[in-house]
Amino acid sequence: MTELVLLFVGSALVNNFILTRFLGICPFLGVTKELKSAAGMGAAVTFVLSLTSILVWLVHHLILVPLDLVFLQYAVYILIIAVLVQLLELFLRKTSRALYDAFGIYLALITTNCAIMGLALLIIAQEYTLAESLLFALGGGAGFSLAMCMMAGIRQELRFADVPVSVQGPALALLIAGIMSMTFMGFSGLVAM
Amino acid sequence: MRQLWRDFREGFIDQTPPFFAAMGLCPALAVTSAVVYGFSMGMAVLAVLLGSNIVVSLIRRWVPAEVRIPVYTVIIATLVTVVDLVLAGTVPAIHRTLGLFIPLIVVNCIILGRAEAFASKHGVTRSIADAFGYALGYTWALLLISAVREILGSGTILGLRVMPAGFVAWKIMLTPPGAFLAMGTIVSVINVIRNRSRSRSAAVKRAQPDTAVPEVA
Repeated sequence: MTELVLLFVGSALVNNFILTRFLGICPFLGVTKELKSAAGMGAAVTFVLSLTSILVWLVHHLILVPLDLVFLQYAVYILIIAVLVQLLELFLRKTSRALYDAFGIYLALITTNCAIMGLALLIIAQEYTLAESLLFALGGGAGFSLAMCMMAGIRQELRFADVPVSVQGPALALLIAGIMSMTFMGFSGLVAM
Repeated sequence: MRQLWRDFREGFIDQTPPFFAAMGLCPALAVTSAVVYGFSMGMAVLAVLLGSNIVVSLIRRWVPAEVRIPVYTVIIATLVTVVDLVLAGTVPAIHRTLGLFIPLIVVNCIILGRAEAFASKHGVTRSIADAFGYALGYTWALLLISAVREILGSGTILGLRVMPAGFVAWKIMLTPPGAFLAMGTIVSVINVIRNRSRSRSAAVKRAQPDTAVPEVA
């Protein structure tokens, strides 16, 4: 049990998906102009991450390994993710209008989000069990959402600052991310990974 | 020929990812701690982009529009698998360092973006020019970032010492925060240069007022 908690904390803070592993930089720079959309994106990514971790784990260990088809893993994972996102979008539109409005628009962007594919590759490479994979995904999603919301909060305040023209936009976001990444380095040593 | 040059130029100079088009940011931050890694990543992207642009352009008449994205994705994933196995077989040390980011070429928006925006609408020759433009543009961008990080972070370039003996290496340049800071600084400097050349050309225009359209009082 303690191990699972440590795994969660480790993937959320110590090895933060965005700030340490560099996964999901595109939404981190693109969808962080407002706190609300950043939170929506974070929730959508966390949701897809957890479903992906379960599906990919099952397909890998119950289909690819017994049939000796591991060399097909990249094509299989990306197809799982694409189909999952597509079905999820349909399902949400039919069943829960509120959820669909909250993060339906972000779902389309998620297929090419490298955090999802990165997670699929990581849980297989680290040989996690199913429970560990799920916890790792939840922690990764929490860390992702945390970084997204922090960045959005800072950028909202920056609207009132007088920023030189050349540093505006992505350049400033990258510099802020550098400082945030430095603060997150303080978490290393919290959990031995 | 001129058309091919224009296709090449678009990716190589005008729309260079990740500086001028926000594509392929993750590898640009993750595998640029030394020049050799940045270069290897660029070449891996070149191999995949070239292959995917050629295949997509060849089959563009037979792929129904509704299923084109899944088809492209499978083509790209197959090519990435090939590149991954070739790298693992020939340069295992580099393959290990690039690690996760070789398979992640599958979800790199440069590859799918060019397949969708260019190769699916143009012939093979122009698609090849486009692939070279974007991949080599991406390569020079990666080389620039990794050169800055390696020179400041280790005092070397391609493993050869370039900084004077008394230089204390900025270790932070090799860590994740260093990647963000280096990239942010480079993008700002590029913006300064661009803004300056833009305001200069605007000044030239002001000096020779365009009289073709008379001002309406």
